[in-house]
Formats: sequence, C-alpha cells, structure tokens
Amino acid sequence: MTLAVFFGCTFIAFGPAFGLFIFTIARDPLRIIILIAGAFFWLVSLLLSSLIWFIAVKASDPQDERLQKGLLIFGVMFSVLLQEAFRFLYYKLLRKAIEGLVALSEDGCSPISIQQMAYVAGVGFGLMSGAFSMINLLADALGPGTVGIHGDSQLYFLTSAFMTMVLIFLHTFWGILFFHGCEHRRWWEITAVVIMHLTVSGLSFCNPLYVGSLVPSYLLMAAAATWAYLLSGGSAQNLRRFLLCLRSGASPQPGS
Amino acid sequence: MITFMNNSDSEEEPCNERTSLMSAESPPVPSYQDGLQASEAGEAQAHRKRRAGSSRGPNNIAGGEMSGSGVPVRERALENEEEELTLKYGAKHVIMLFVPVTLCMIVVVATIKSVRFYTEKNGQLIYTPFSEDTPSVGQRLLNSVLNTIVMISVIIVMTVFLVLLYKYRCYKFIHGWLILSSLMLLFLFTYIYLGEVLKTYNVAMDYPTLFIVIWNFGAVGMICIHWKGPLQLQQAYLIMISALMALVFIKYLPEWSAWVILGAISIYDLMAVLCPKGPLRMLVETAQERNEPIFPALIYSSAMMWTVGMAKPDTAARGPSQQTWDAAEDGREHLRSPSQAESQISEMRSPVPTHPATSLEELEEEERGVKLGLGDFIFYSVLVGKAAATASGDWNTTLACFVAILIGLCLTLLLLAVFKKALPALPISITFGLIFYFSTDNLVRPFMDTLASHQLYI
Repeated sequence: MTLAVFFGCTFIAFGPAFGLFIFTIARDPLRIIILIAGAFFWLVSLLLSSLIWFIAVKASDPQDERLQKGLLIFGVMFSVLLQEAFRFLYYKLLRKAIEGLVALSEDGCSPISIQQMAYVAGVGFGLMSGAFSMINLLADALGPGTVGIHGDSQLYFLTSAFMTMVLIFLHTFWGILFFHGCEHRRWWEITAVVIMHLTVSGLSFCNPLYVGSLVPSYLLMAAAATWAYLLSGGSAQNLRRFLLCLRSGASPQPGS
Repeated sequence: MITFMNNSDSEEEPCNERTSLMSAESPPVPSYQDGLQASEAGEAQAHRKRRAGSSRGPNNIAGGEMSGSGVPVRERALENEEEELTLKYGAKHVIMLFVPVTLCMIVVVATIKSVRFYTEKNGQLIYTPFSEDTPSVGQRLLNSVLNTIVMISVIIVMTVFLVLLYKYRCYKFIHGWLILSSLMLLFLFTYIYLGEVLKTYNVAMDYPTLFIVIWNFGAVGMICIHWKGPLQLQQAYLIMISALMALVFIKYLPEWSAWVILGAISIYDLMAVLCPKGPLRMLVETAQERNEPIFPALIYSSAMMWTVGMAKPDTAARGPSQQTWDAAEDGREHLRSPSQAESQISEMRSPVPTHPATSLEELEEEERGVKLGLGDFIFYSVLVGKAAATASGDWNTTLACFVAILIGLCLTLLLLAVFKKALPALPISITFGLIFYFSTDNLVRPFMDTLASHQLYI
C-alpha cells in the first residue's frame, strides 16, 4: 500500500465524477450550490438512518451475532429507503426554487431546468455517498499495511474503488430518473429507482464474492444510463451523430 | 503556561467585529448627480449598509433625493431590474465566498493532519485559565464553561473598547493596534508555522534564506492588506492569516472549552449584530453616520470596484488621467484606514456622469461583491480543524462539518438577500457544524465502520 494504491483508487473512484463536475457543474454557481445542497440532504438522511441503527444496536444484545447481522441488514435497507425519501424531499425543494427563479427572472424562464437540477442533485448525492464510503479507505491506503493478511480478499481497495465509482454513476442516473418520474407523475419510475437501489445495496452483501456484487451493479448502471439517456431526450440518432462528430443538418464528413 | 503578547488581544478583537456579513455596494449609482455630498452619502450607504447586490433601492432613492435631478426615475427603473437579478447574483456571491472559505479550511485541515505541532498540548492561553486536566467529568465541564465565560468577557470588553475608541475618533490608536496585530500574524506566526512545517518534512533551511523568505512574505502582506495590492494577492494573504489564527486557536484551546466557546461565540455574534445596543451594530451605524469604511484589513472582500472605463466629462473631481489611476485604486478604498478616509473621500467619490443604463448595469455586475469578516473564516476553520484533529482519525466527520458550514453560509447569504441588512455569519453555520460534528462522530462513524468492515454499500 503506497501512493500508487492511493492515487489509483482515488482516480478510479472519483475520476469520472470529478470530470463531470469540472466540465458540467463548476462553471455555473447555481449548479454548485445545488450540488452542495444535494450532498447535505444525503448527509442528513445518513445521519437519521445511523441514529436509528445506533439506537437499535444499543438496545439489543451485543453478543448475539445473528441479531447484529439482522440489525445491519435492517440498517442498510432503512438507510436506502431514507435516502430515496430525502431525494423526494430535495425534489420538492428544487421545485419551489424553480418557481422562485422563474418569478425573479427577466424573461419568465428559470436559468436552470428541472432536468439539469436532477442531474446535479444526482451527482451531489453520488459524490457524498462515494466520499463517505471511500475517504477513510483512501486515508488508510496511504499508510503501511498489507491487504487481506488475515485471509480476507486482497482486492479490497480495488473493488471498493470500483464499487464507489459505480455507485456515484448510479446516483446520478437515479436522480434523473427519479425527478423525471416525479415531474410526470410516473410512480413506476420512482419505484424502479427504489428497487434498483435496494438491489444494489443488497447485492453488496455478496462481498467478498465480487462477481455477485460488482458485475450486476455495472449491468444495472448500464441499464439506468440508457434509460436516463432516453428520458433526457437522447436517441440512437443523437448518439450516432455525436460519435461521428456531425453537426445537425450537415452531412457526415470523414475526419472532421 | 504560555501567554501571548498583549497584541494578541487585537486578534480577539477582529474576531468580534469581523463576525458580520457585509456586501459591497457600488458608489456610482447614487452618485449620478454632481456634488460631492450626494455621492459621499451614497457612498456611505453603499459601503456601510450590508446588503446583497440587488438591494440598491434605498441607495438609489436616497441618492436621487439628494441630487434632486431627473435621475431618480431611471434609478428606480434600474432598481427593478436589479431586484429581478437577485438570485442570480446571489448564487455568484455564494460561490465567491465558498471558494475562500474552502481554501482556508483546506489549509487548516492539511496542516492539522500533517504537522504534529498543532495537535500537541503545550499549555493554554491566558484567556482560558482553567485547566481541563481534572479527574471528574463534572469538574471538566465546569472548567470549560468558566473558560468560555472568561474568553467571551474578554471579547466583549475588547469590542466595547474598540467601539469607544472609534466613537471618540482615536483613529491613530486603532490603526496602530491593527498594524501591530497584522505584524505579529504575518511575521511571528508565519515564522513558527514555517519552522514546524520544515521540521515535519525534515527540510533544512539556513537562517539567511529564512530571513529573506519571512521578510518578503511579511512585507508584501503588510502592503497588500493595509495599503494597495492586487485583489487576489490580498485575498490570499487574508486567507493565510485567518488560517494561521485558526491554527493557533486549535492548538491552544483545550478540548471541551473549544466547543463551548464556538457555541457561545455564535450566540454572542447573533446578539452583537442584531440587538439595537449591540457593539457591532453600533460600530456599523457609527461608521455609516460618518461615511467611513469599517476597519481595513479585517474584512475579506470578494470583488474590486472598477470605475475605470467610464466616461467622466465632469472634471470637478480631477483630471482624466489621474482619475483613471485613482479610480482603479479607489475601488479598494474600503481597505484604507479611517484616518485617511476623510482626506481621500473627496478623491474617491468621483461623481459618475449620466450614461446609458446598460453600461451602468455591466458596471454594477463587476462591482458587486460580498464581504465576510475574517473572524468568520477563523471560527469556521477552527471548527473544521478541531473536527479533523479530534475525531478519532475519521475523515467523514471533517467532510460532514465542511458541508454543514457551507450550507450554513449559503443560508446566511440567502437571508442577507432577503433582509438586506447586516447579518451575523456565525450562528447558522456553527450550529450546523456542531450538530454534524457530534452526530457524525458518535452515530455515523460506528455505522460506516461496520459497513466498511463488511464491505456493504448503502
């Protein structure tokens, strides 16, 4: 464990998210505020869920292994549900904010749309969730030690980094899907997001059998990505045009 | 026990009268009309009233009434447009404050985590005379409360003393006091800090090099802060001295006393700024009456005011070339000492002649900035630094406190945009910070540690 592991895991876990931040969020002050507020909402949800878990653990017998494991499962599920509840609350807050922005603007339309807010809120949730999962690990990776010396998996840091990355992406896409569902009153989209989140968290119980947790998570991420892309107005056409560097209406020019 | 020179009192001082949020206003809007008086009054309102960028209404109206010219109509039209842009400007102001606060915290946390010196217990300040090395919890709590009472009383006495000095126009004394305190910060504390950093990384530096480095750093700092200098350099110096001061507090305040002091000082801040007889409020009001800027070098300002590039057919103030040069510096007039203020007010209040509204708006955009007292920087950094130092090596707590403080600052700025008057910047942020520190350290940490040990993800 050295600087190599530290930097490697940092960039795996947070590289894409920081890229998203720098290219899409950092220029607009309003988006930065929405990002930080999203992180704050996630934090509050974590606080409440850990409060519940803490009370449950203190009220129970610490020697009973099965009970503790059961309480942990309950804690994880409850935390997931609370996170989604706070995502809904954040949606409500952002809706109110959009109304305020519209009222204050010169030309009657808000400087930021609800879809952009959904994306930024998702990134906020994802970044905070990833940071809380990963930062302590990264700090430990800087110091001396051997991974898995007691028989645990040696890929602990690497898989944690990959899991964090996929979770950040998933939160981003879930943000878009969730807000879209709330906007258009499609409850099945909302329930799909909740079920996906529960699934991903539940799959992490397979660790250290990483095939069972990482691979399905990445598949779910690809599915969520496609769904969010389609909901945001993307299509196969757009994708092809983007990849071939076409301008809309122009004919394809090789090498342009 | 280690004591500090009395000059450190002035360090406490800035913590108090700095703990308010201010926003810069642009002078030219009220100074449409000719006449130094009108522009001076507008200037006074612009600088002393703490408002968000859009709240130029009263300024405009006051300026218009003063001049009695046909300008008020246009001013009011502008005012409406300005009101509409509140939130957009609000967001920019928030980011203009997020960045320096974040930088200050990063410097403090990085130092705390790497340099052992600032987490070692090496005595206490004389402002916290009671020791916390007592066997019983009750005694320790009592001692920390007593320490807090002593510290807050010292701060109150200093603030009242400062307000009295200001009221009776002892500007030389105040100016000298401020210069001495920034001298100490820029030279002595920097020397100690550099020494400790070099020790941590085992880098040798000979005395001549050290002398040159410290001398240059300190001299340029004094010039930038108390006189003129590039805005970003001045901001960087203010961030650095806030970080140094915060590190001193983190080192010398005992554990429990630090937390109780943080809570007490946000309550004090709330009362000092909002109560009618509060010392800080009286300070602001006296400064407003006299049309003077509040003390230089103790406020972080996020924007410079540019009056360059505006046509000035009115040559009553002075010649064009001199005007341009002075205008560039005049933007920084809030940094000038009150003693110089009177002589320079005539130069600074160059009247803005009539010109199209659009160019004025562009000017307004650049000129609007927000000011935050350095005491706020210091106490935010103390909270986050203490979280980094004492939270069982946990980074989550530090991160949680950081986000909480930023959200508190955001909410405070929102309130500033709504209420358009001087507001204390400490209470909301420190409350959120304290809540998140204690709950993350005691509730979230065991939960996240258990999850991490099973590699579960929520």
